[in-house]
Order: sequence, then structure tokens, then C-alpha cells
Amino acid sequence: MKINDVILKTVAKAVVLVILTFGLYLFFSGHHTPGGGFIGGLVLASGFVLLFLSYDVETVSEGIPISFKKMSALGVLISMTSALVPVFFGQPFLSQSFGYFDLPIFGKTELATVTIFEAGIALTVVGVVVNIILSISEGTK
Amino acid sequence: MYLIISAILLPFAAAALIPLIHNRLGRLNIGWLALAIPLSLFAFFVYQIPAISAGETFTETLYWLPSIGIDMTVYLDGLGLIMALLITGVGSLVILYSIYYLSAADSLPHFYAYLMLFMGAMLGVVLSDNLMVLYVFWELTSISSFLLIAFWYHRKNSRAGAQKSLLITVFGGFAMLAGFLMLHTMTGTFSVRQIAVELTQYANHELFYPAMFLVLLGAFTKSAQFPFHIWLPDAMEAPTPVSAYLHSATMVKAGIYLVARFTPIFGGNSAWFWTVTLVGLVTLFWGAFNAIRQTDLKALLAYSTISQLGLIMSLLGLGSAAMQTGITAEAAAVYGLASFAALFHMVNHSTFKGALFMAVGIVDHQVGTRDIRRLGGLMAFLPFTFTIAIIGSASMAGLPFFNGFLSKEMFFTASLEALNMEMFGLGTWGWLVPVIAWAASVLTFVYCAIIVFRTFFGAHKPEKLDKIPVEPPFGMLLPPAILSFLIVAVFFFPNLLGDHLLRPALNGVLPGITGAAPHIKAWHGFNTELWMTVAIVVFGTILFISFRKWKGIYKLFPAGWTFNALYTNSLKGIERASSYLTNSYMTGHLPHYFAYIFSFFVIAAGGTLIWSGALNIDLANDSPLSVYEILLVVVMAMAAVAILFAKSRVSAILLNGVLGFSIAMFFVLFRAPDLALTQLVIETVTTVLFLVCFNYLPDWKKENSPKHVKVRNTIIAITGGLTITLIGLSVNSADLYETISGYFEDSYELAGGRNIVNAILGDFRALDTLLEGLVLFIAGIGVFSLIRLKVRKEPNDNEN
Repeated sequence: MKINDVILKTVAKAVVLVILTFGLYLFFSGHHTPGGGFIGGLVLASGFVLLFLSYDVETVSEGIPISFKKMSALGVLISMTSALVPVFFGQPFLSQSFGYFDLPIFGKTELATVTIFEAGIALTVVGVVVNIILSISEGTK
Repeated sequence: MYLIISAILLPFAAAALIPLIHNRLGRLNIGWLALAIPLSLFAFFVYQIPAISAGETFTETLYWLPSIGIDMTVYLDGLGLIMALLITGVGSLVILYSIYYLSAADSLPHFYAYLMLFMGAMLGVVLSDNLMVLYVFWELTSISSFLLIAFWYHRKNSRAGAQKSLLITVFGGFAMLAGFLMLHTMTGTFSVRQIAVELTQYANHELFYPAMFLVLLGAFTKSAQFPFHIWLPDAMEAPTPVSAYLHSATMVKAGIYLVARFTPIFGGNSAWFWTVTLVGLVTLFWGAFNAIRQTDLKALLAYSTISQLGLIMSLLGLGSAAMQTGITAEAAAVYGLASFAALFHMVNHSTFKGALFMAVGIVDHQVGTRDIRRLGGLMAFLPFTFTIAIIGSASMAGLPFFNGFLSKEMFFTASLEALNMEMFGLGTWGWLVPVIAWAASVLTFVYCAIIVFRTFFGAHKPEKLDKIPVEPPFGMLLPPAILSFLIVAVFFFPNLLGDHLLRPALNGVLPGITGAAPHIKAWHGFNTELWMTVAIVVFGTILFISFRKWKGIYKLFPAGWTFNALYTNSLKGIERASSYLTNSYMTGHLPHYFAYIFSFFVIAAGGTLIWSGALNIDLANDSPLSVYEILLVVVMAMAAVAILFAKSRVSAILLNGVLGFSIAMFFVLFRAPDLALTQLVIETVTTVLFLVCFNYLPDWKKENSPKHVKVRNTIIAITGGLTITLIGLSVNSADLYETISGYFEDSYELAGGRNIVNAILGDFRALDTLLEGLVLFIAGIGVFSLIRLKVRKEPNDNEN
């Protein structure tokens, strides 16, 4: 039986864009309002999962040639490195720092190293979640 | 400037880079690049000699976890420097040697990456001041040793040897970790120097002796002391450069180093004195006794290494007498000579044993065997190798004109000194020390003669050999030749070494004791030590010639009574017992597993709740229920009951989803947007996960289990739910601790973020988040490898 999934595919195309944007928004807004690396990563991952569900794995992999395994490894590497760097500046392991800068367009902006750490967490979450779901769904082939 | 820390980290960086760049090198052997690392480090440490011998020390600190006293503090003093010079110096020679020893078919990037990993870890062990950092490096040396022993992993014996060394040394490492934690409990610090200052006031503490013995256990297993020596002969399955480097010159000396480093802490205590001295002497004798009967040259060298390590260990034990309180400065200086001799012999052993291992490696490489029953008459074919072997053996036997003579004489002086010691009950048993020392030295002479005469003299047996031996390339001869040169040079100019390296190193072992470092002389007149050496040569020659007549005594020991048999049998027993235990409950039925998990939870958590009297339900302070909350609870209860009667798997999963989404609604009601958001997304992803797992699940059918199973499951389900509910209510009713949330409310000032939840996740408790990310990653890899990587069916050439 062939399932007609035109509606799903069409809706997914539009919705995925919204989900991914929302995920990015959550990631950056986490510093002061609800959101952050973990939840942002989860929303991004669910966006990718929706793509994989509505299209098949081959099509999506062609369109988005990302290795999610490598992405999760990269995430761990980023958060580990960001944790190690302060050690070489005479600070304890995992110290975070922040400062306020006057940037051209944004005006007075807060830049915090915790964003780098959270980026690592987000990448790990996206990579692992997508990778687990892909592994299990492809496993029987 | 973090120069010393960079010196430790450089080999690790090289270990990470080697696998990445080795493909770009073309035909250039990666060993040449690896060689640059120890050479430059050696030059760096040589450059530190003038300052260190002038009495300076260097400290560098990287803050790691200052709140619990764990910082990467490195401390370069004489003792650390001498070890660092050995590690980098012998390391350079070994890498040069390995370039010619290994063939192109071997996986060179693996080899050099492991070797670099080891070198960095070993430098970390000898330069760390913080015990926790030292412990991490210590275990890293065990792991890299494991990887190197199993380098030819297709051989069954290599894998068994690697496993044995890992089990024994890591067992000791765990014991040592417990000892370190006890030291921290007593003194409140992880710094070795600080502990040495403070521990004297804790000599009557109940943890004092446990800590001492646990630390010694770590040192004895690592340095292959009796009865833990059994791993070292099996470690000889490693390529010869590895045996020369890890298993004779450096890693097995980590235990020696640890005992030396801890002498300021425990020295002067009679239990320390007796344990270290006796274990050392027994190892010295037992190793030499067993070396003689070996027919494999490398096994012979392994037992001889065990024996020599025992010698150094016993010297450190004897020297620790200098640290006791209430003796005169002159007496302390006399006793301290033993510690000086230990350091001296440690350096000498690295030179002559390194040369011997490399010579044996050349024989193995050029002749195709190292079995002395097949060797003989090689002097004519391998004249250079012969010269190296005879210099190394003569030094090991303690003959004049080689450095081993000087340290051996000093060893006899120190052991004779035990006759004059009155404390620790030595008056009665002191005579044992020189007797065992002399007897073991006779045996040492015998096995040194075996190495030289059975290999290089006698009849050449071409019919037993695979190829005609020729001398190896120059690069393979150069490293042992340099070591042989050092053996002779140290004999003629011993005080160059003594004054610039050994004297400052002795300060690290016996701080505050002056005058223990002697002016080394080769000629002392006709004293007892010299006559002992003469007697060794006479008796040793007699025993060597009459070996066939007395080798029957090795058969006196029943084969089943060795420590090796004990190890093998207990390993088998443990495997059998654990597989029996595992098979008894791992049935493959998920319902069983859930029954175990929930019953355990009910008994452990529920039991604790009632037993500890924490059960306390007080609803007085709870806020009144709103209508939304009641409605949500009703919805959840209905969904939960409906799951039990679901007709298909999809409806069960959807009903489960109702539960999850209702919880998210609760979070909204309780104004926790972060939690609500997370719960919603998690619920979505989990539902997808459930759906993709459909393929693996059997058909959904009516449960037909017998009545007693149903009753049992019902009881587990009800008590499980009850336990959770009671815990929840009790937690809410009790007010045991002051709330800490006030601290986090300052998140904007402390972490620059207004979102407290995220400030906690990313800053205040970032270590939790970091490790959770790591766990998630490992879980991802686990799922991937379980499902996607199938065991390859094609035959491989591994021996099983």
C-alpha cells in the first residue's frame, strides 16, 4: 500500500523552517529568558527528525550532507575545550566569564563564554538525538 | 610561564597529532618525527641541571578544581629531574632503535601514538605534586602499557599478557587511590610536599597504617615486586623496544619513584622499613633464582629486571632508617647511603638493562629466535652486539670497570650496615640482609653468564636457525652502543653523575639529611665488600659450570602451586562465577527486568524511607488545589488506566503521550516555562523513538501469563507507585535544610544571565552539564555500535 504523504511533505517543508528558527532563537535567548543549549538543541533535533520522517533518509542526507555522528563529537570537543581554556588563564576549570561590549549595530551587547559552552552542548544534543533515531530506524535494513 | 607543564603536555599533543599527519608523510618513517619530541624534552631537562644541582626547585600551578584541592601542580626537584632525564633520554634511544626494529607491516602510527601517550603520562607521574593528578597519570601509564603489550594483538599471548599486566597494575592503582584519599582525610591536602610536613602529627591516626600499606600496594604492583611480579614476564610479548623502555627503564620504576617520593612521609617508621626492605629482598632473590631457569632470553631479562627492582626497593627500605627521629646526624648520614645507592643503581640499571634488551632484540631480529637452546657461537657473526651484551652483563653482574660494580659495592656496604643497626628489632635479624643480598648476587652472576655464554660462545647451530645472522643497520646498534658507553663512562667519572644529579635527587628522598651522598670511589681497599664480590665470582662460576647438576631443584616446586597458577585459576573462577550469576537472571524477557528494577526500587528506596523515619506527611503548608490541577490529574489517571486495556501498540503509545503532555501542562500551571518546553520536546522525540522501535517488537497480543505472575506484577506496580507518592509527599513535608536558592538569585551579578536555570546549567553547576553531555554522547555511540556495527563474518588471522 502506498501512502499518499503530499500533505505531510508540504507542511513539513514550511514547518521545519519555523522549528529550526525557533530552535536557534531558544538557543540564543537562553541567557536571560527560557531556552538554552539543551532545549535549543532538542528543538533543532526534532526539526531534523520531522524532515527524516516526512522524506526518506537518502533524500534528506543528500540535501543536508551533515554527519550527525561527527556533529555530536564536535559538540563534546567544543564544550570540553571551552572548559579547559580558562585553566590556561589562571582560572579554575570551567570558569565562565562575560563582559559588555559596544558593537556597531547591536549597541551595548553582553558577550559571555557560556554561549560557546552551550553551543557545544546543543551540537551534542542534536547529533546524538538524530543519530540514535537514524540508527534505530535504519537498523533492520 | 608554564614550561614544565608544557613539557608534560607536549607528548600528549604529539600522540593526538601522529594519527592525523602520518598519511601525509609519504615514505618518511613517522618515527623520525616522534624522535624529535623526547630529544627536545631531554635537552630541556638537561638545561635544568645546573639550577637543580644548585638546590633550586621549580613549581608551576594550573588551577583545576581549587575548591576541592585538586590542581595541576608540577614540582621539579632533583628526584623528578633524574626520572625525567631517564624517561626522555632512554625514550629517545628507544625510538631511534624502534625505527629499525619495527617492520613496515606494523601499524607505526599506533605504536608511536601509544609511546607518546606513555611518555607524557610517565612525565606527569614523576613531576606531579598533587596526588589526584599523579593518580590519573599513573593509571594512564598502565593503560598505555596495556596497549603496547597488546601491540601485536593477533597473538593470543600478547592479549593475555596485556590483560594480566592491566589487571594487576590497575588493582594496585585502585589500592593506591584509596591510600591517597586516606592521606587526604588525615591531612586535608593532596599535595605531596604538604602531606610530608603534616603527616608526622598523625602517626597514631587509625588511617595511618592502612594508608601506608595501600600506597605500597600500588608501588609494589607497578614495580613488579613479589608476589605481584608475575605480570612482568608475560609483558615481554610486547615489541622489544617497548620492553626496553617501559618494562625495564621507566614504567616499572614508577613504583620505585613512589616509594622514594613517599620516604619523607613514611620514612623512619618501622613497618615501612621492614615491608619495603623485606619485599625488596625477597623479590631480589626470587627474581634472580627464577631468571636462571629461563630459556627465552627476554624472559630471563624480565626476571632479572624483577630482581634488580627488588634490589633498588630494598635499598630504599634500608635508607628510610635515616628518617627516624632521635638518631644523630652522623648515623642518619650513614643510613642514608642506602638511598643514595638506590638512586645510583636505578640509573645504572636503566643503562645496562636497556643495552641488554636492545642487544637481545638485535639477536631476535637478526637470527629469528631468542631461545638459548637454539643459539650459540654468535660472537663471530655479531661482534658488535656481542660487545654490547658483554658490557651490559658484566655491569649487571657487578664486575669492575662497569657502573654496576660501583652501585653493587654500595649495596653491600648498605646491607652490611644493617648489622650495626639496633632499632626496629634489627639486632636479631639484621644478618639476614647481607646474606640474602650476597646469595642473590651469586645468582645474578650466574644468569649474566648464561646471557653471554649460551648466546655468543659455544657451537653455532645453523640447523636450528632460520637465517644466517648478520649485523643489523647502524641505527639499531647506535642506541645500545651509547648506553654501553655510558656504562663505562659512569664507572670512570661517577662523581659527575653523583654531584650533579644524585645528590639533589637524594634531597627529595631524605630531606634535611646532609652528608649522606658520598664521594664515589671505585677502590676502597681490601674490605668486606670487595671480598663479597670476589666470592660471588668464584661461587657464581662454579654454579654456572655445574648448572646441569643442580637444575633439578626447580622441579621441586609443584606446578600447581605457583602464583601464576593462582592468577589463572582465580581469573577462570571469577569468569565462571560471574557468567553463572549473569545467566541466572538475564533471561531476555523485558517484563522480568522491569520486575527486578521496580522490586529493588521499592525495597531500597521505600525501605529506606520507612526505616530511617523520613516518612512524614504534612499537608498543612500546601497550597489549595485549583480546578485545572484536578482536571489534569483526572485526565492523567484515565489515560494511565486506559493503557492497561489498549487494543493496539499505537494507542498505548499515544495514551502514554497523554501522560507526558499532561505533565508539561502541569509545568505551565506551576510557571516553569523551561521545564514545560523541555518536557514537550522530549515527549515528542520519545514518541518518534517509540515508533521507530516498532520494527523490533513482537506482535501485540493479549497477555496470557499465569495468575500468580499477574498478582506479583500487580503488587510490584502498586507498591512502586505508592513508594513514589510517599517519597514525593515526604519531601514536600519535611524542611531539613536551609534553602540554597538565594545564592542563585544573584545569577545576574555572578554569571551575567537573568535566567537562573541556565546560569545553574552553564555556570554554577557546569561540570554536571559537561559530563551529562559526555554521557549522552557515549550513549549515542553505544546505540550506534550496538545496532549498526555487526561482527564481521570474514575470518581474521587472530589466534584464539
